[in-house]
Amino acid sequence: MSEGKAHITNYSTLAMVLGSLLVLTWATVSITSINLGPWSVTAALLIALLKATLVLLYFMHLKFDSKLLKISFTAVIVVFFLVILLTFFDYLFR
Amino acid sequence: MGPQTYNSFFTVHGIIMIFVIVIPGLPAVFGNFFLPIMIGARDVIFPKLNLLSWYLYVLGILTVLTSLFTFGGAPDTGWTFYAPYSFKTTTNMFPAVLGAFILGFSSILTGLNFITTIHRMRAPGMKFSNMPLFVWSIYGTGWIQLFATPIVGITLMMVIAERFLHIGFFDPALGGDPVLYQHLFWIYSHPAVYIMILPAMGVISEIIPTFARKGIFGYNAIVASTMAIAVVGYFVWAHHMFTSGMSTTAQFTFSLLTFLVAIPSAIKVFNWVATLYKGSIRIEVPLIWALGFMFLFMIGGFTGLFLGSVATDVHVHNTSFVVAHFHYIIFGGMGSAFMAAAHYWLPKMYGRMYNKFWATVGWATFFIGFNVLYFPMFILGYQGMPRRYYDYLGQFHNLNVVSTIGSWILATGLIITIVNLIRGARNGPKAGMNPWEGRTLEWTVPSPPPPENFDVIPDLTSTSTAH
Repeated sequence: MSEGKAHITNYSTLAMVLGSLLVLTWATVSITSINLGPWSVTAALLIALLKATLVLLYFMHLKFDSKLLKISFTAVIVVFFLVILLTFFDYLFR
Repeated sequence: MGPQTYNSFFTVHGIIMIFVIVIPGLPAVFGNFFLPIMIGARDVIFPKLNLLSWYLYVLGILTVLTSLFTFGGAPDTGWTFYAPYSFKTTTNMFPAVLGAFILGFSSILTGLNFITTIHRMRAPGMKFSNMPLFVWSIYGTGWIQLFATPIVGITLMMVIAERFLHIGFFDPALGGDPVLYQHLFWIYSHPAVYIMILPAMGVISEIIPTFARKGIFGYNAIVASTMAIAVVGYFVWAHHMFTSGMSTTAQFTFSLLTFLVAIPSAIKVFNWVATLYKGSIRIEVPLIWALGFMFLFMIGGFTGLFLGSVATDVHVHNTSFVVAHFHYIIFGGMGSAFMAAAHYWLPKMYGRMYNKFWATVGWATFFIGFNVLYFPMFILGYQGMPRRYYDYLGQFHNLNVVSTIGSWILATGLIITIVNLIRGARNGPKAGMNPWEGRTLEWTVPSPPPPENFDVIPDLTSTSTAH
């Protein structure tokens, strides 16, 4: 762990992340006007995933954190993905 | 007893036993007491968070109990709160669901506290590779608590949102899907079974080597199987739903995964037996309870495979076969392990020894009563007696009578055991520092342990094993 060594991200990086989040929010709204059929949910989820990743990496400092925290967090994502995947073994094949 | 009262009885029995007793039982009682001592620490890393966890636990219990005694009557949905009935019943669903939600928070905080304690508070020389197996089991349990419990919290909130705000998640009339509720509920509640049984396995892994007077057979295999159960056990939830209208692909997948999770459980049992093999066995009360655990857990485990196999599950689903299987695992397994732990560690916790004769009588009565109570349910279930019905056909009468008599024997055994433990804790003879010649750190401190456990934190760097 890096107690006492708080990482300070510079303002330009934070501004870029904020800008990216705003653009992605605009993309989430805009994509609803395009008829992607069953892929519309996938597209929305992918954009949401990208936004969450940016928030976690930069605003919540995961990028600068210890390896253990990174592993723990990645494990949560992997478990979540597997849970969704297995649930869809039901919904996609009914 | 009328149908409504019967429905309320089994619902409240389930909610209280699962959320209030069995899930927190071993971690909260023995985990809090022995986890810090066993890793050579003075306390858990977040004592105040631990206290908050306790307050939430008490608040959760009070909220659940509110559902029993207020207007509307006790909930009648079963402890699973299955949709769509759970938001249509006029009984006190809301306090019961809210109580389970609050108890979930308590569970999450305990898991977080234990994981962090194990990572950050181990004594010098106490590595993951030589940590006591009870601590390993608490560690695996902590991760399940952290990963799984939030899902039931969200699900219960969705039930409340659906009921009061009419947002369609699960009600087909509102565009929802009742099977989705079952998925979400079991994504938590099946891992919850492993929250119940993993610490029990940890207790058994401590007791057996102590009384076989030799090191545990296959330490690494037991550790690996603990973590394998924690991981694979997370992905078997839909075996509760084989008859719910799920796709056949999902049935096949979850059946396969269920069979996979049986392997690490079997590895543990094999290693316990191998530890006893050629050991210098000292028959004492904790070992008797541990052996009882193995016997009952094996019956529970093997009958679980009947239910994990789709074809046989269709036949025995929602019959008393399931009731028998579940109670063999949780009551016979976790309950026996709790008693084994109580008899193993009571001399350490109170510095006094119980009466071993009455403890043995208590165990024997419990063991006989348990099998007389639950084994007939396997037969009844196989013959087609449904569970959760307030009445049954005449052909099932005799075995139900046998079962009822078994419950009286079991209750007698429990009363003897609990009274004997309380008398021992109060007035028993002094037990000494290490009555069982145990080799883990709790046996190196006085009985009962002083506040903050150790005057000087032990240094294990020169010791090859701590387990």
